[in-house]
Amino acid sequence: MAETAKANPHETEGDDPSRRDFIHIAALATAGVGAVATAWPFIDQMNPSGDTLALASIEQDIAKVPAGQQLVVKWRGKPVFVRHRTPAEIAAAVKDDHADMRDPAADASRTKAGKQEWLIVIGVCTHLGCVPNFGTGDYGGWFCPCHGSVYDTSGRIRKGPAPLNLQLPDYEFTGPTKVKIG
Amino acid sequence: MSGHSTYEPKTGFERWLDVRLPIIRMAKDTAIDFPTPKNLNYWWTFGGILAVCLVIQIVTGVVLAMHYVANSAMAFNSVEHIMRDVNHGWMIRYIHANGASMFFLAVYMHILRGMYYGSYKAPREVLWLLGCVIYLLMMATGFMGYVLPWGQMSYYGAVVITNLFSAFDKVIPGVGTAITTWLWGGFAVDNATLNRFFSLHFLLPFMIAGVVGLHIWALHVPGNNNPVGVEVKSKEDTVPFHPYYTVKDGFAILVFLLLFSWFVFFAPEAMGHADNQVPANPLATPTHIVPEWYFLPFYAILRAVPDKLFGVLGMFGAIAMLFALPWLDTSKVKSMRYRPTARWFFFLFVAATIGLGWCGGKLPDDVVLPVGRDAVTGEATGFTVVMLSQTLAIYYFAYFLVILPALGLFEKTLPVPENISTPVLPKGGAAMPSGAAASPEKKG
Repeated sequence: MAETAKANPHETEGDDPSRRDFIHIAALATAGVGAVATAWPFIDQMNPSGDTLALASIEQDIAKVPAGQQLVVKWRGKPVFVRHRTPAEIAAAVKDDHADMRDPAADASRTKAGKQEWLIVIGVCTHLGCVPNFGTGDYGGWFCPCHGSVYDTSGRIRKGPAPLNLQLPDYEFTGPTKVKIG
Repeated sequence: MSGHSTYEPKTGFERWLDVRLPIIRMAKDTAIDFPTPKNLNYWWTFGGILAVCLVIQIVTGVVLAMHYVANSAMAFNSVEHIMRDVNHGWMIRYIHANGASMFFLAVYMHILRGMYYGSYKAPREVLWLLGCVIYLLMMATGFMGYVLPWGQMSYYGAVVITNLFSAFDKVIPGVGTAITTWLWGGFAVDNATLNRFFSLHFLLPFMIAGVVGLHIWALHVPGNNNPVGVEVKSKEDTVPFHPYYTVKDGFAILVFLLLFSWFVFFAPEAMGHADNQVPANPLATPTHIVPEWYFLPFYAILRAVPDKLFGVLGMFGAIAMLFALPWLDTSKVKSMRYRPTARWFFFLFVAATIGLGWCGGKLPDDVVLPVGRDAVTGEATGFTVVMLSQTLAIYYFAYFLVILPALGLFEKTLPVPENISTPVLPKGGAAMPSGAAASPEKKG
């Protein structure tokens, strides 16, 4: 560097570490913010699109479901069980309200008040996502064929590997036999 | 220039990796330490810009393929779905659509830079040919991508381009028809055509990326040409690629992205056609069919020839000229800075090509220079777009086939400097203070 002409003797020729470091940090920080801002749309595009979200609620007439049977409807791509329970099935569920359970819940908390005969649950096993079979298993509720989880007539987990009860969707009765799910 | 590596593995891991897979050595030799002529101007930044364009097109394209449906009944609506429903889908599609135009803009700058500074001459002919192959692949990719939205322009673009091959019916009757039927997978452009175009549109960019790898390899054997056109003679003629050209290329890329962003966010349909917002209809052609702007010069040459077969041959011939260029230009002098006659023919060539592009966007019978009126209809007559196209097309071919071969023999060139440093520094490269450029990475 010795022979390099010094146009300005006070100039330190960019050797001032704090100035050089500041430029590097500022440039990298700006580039980093830009990279994150650019990456986000490319990540977010894989989230549910507007038309998928628009299908998030459905209406269903359940008048034709006889007692002791269930209707399976597709909601958000998954099955929803609409089970018309018999008085015996309701009694069996209520009787076990205080039994030793993995995910304790009273039967009344899993139905709408005055509509105990209608049990509406998401038909997806809480273990690894299979669809449990209706009316089988030790408790007369559902039995999952994949890994043997047993649900009772309230959709509560009683035996097998699943950790939680069958989930309840958001729903409301819009008429005596009309239900809006989602 | 390649071959003598300056990389010294510093850590134990680097030494371990270097004898197994010298990937750090390769990266350092090609992208950091690579000795680059010190006089490259901004016309040399388009290589880096093009690499960025290719990455942008592949990233946005892979994303679009996640949402697009390659089916003639659903393609148009799936594009609308991308525009309206997919999160940020409108932006990603506009980046991709305008990205194609930006890609071609940059590649034309890159090609013209090579033509002006003689970058195709020995020992860079293979480098140039690989670039021509990339350009051909780009045209195929751009064309097939334009078909995918399945609007009216998409559909009739596909119809016209595939029908070019039917011209070969004149050579051997039936062959042209057989080729088009094979290309379509049917008796017209239809679902089978759309499906294969989607498949190939996805494949070709990766082939481009492969040829780009060869292109860079072929660049790094002789090293960069430069604005003086004199080969690097000593270390004083070069600077390391990093930080000098990473910074220069980086700045140019940012400026280019500003233009790119302006189109994407403020004029996203500026280079599109309104007719492509109408779903493809095989029963009715829009009144005015034009290709994308980057194909217009070739389209004008096609229409300038009144014969179908020779029109098609003329169009492909115009591209073939680029491949033959290294052997058509007979001049020993690379840079047109020292070719006072050739440079004016070159500027005229650029103007003629732009003029052809303008003609390609007009109707063939439009009048450019009115000379009187038609006695019966009263419409202006005179020099039409077709006549202008013919004039410009003749110059286009003459530039390659007559002017460049002849100029090399007759042109009186200016004295070419001894080395790269001479025209920059009064006393030549040797007088350059060695400390300034030799250790720029000191504070890296």
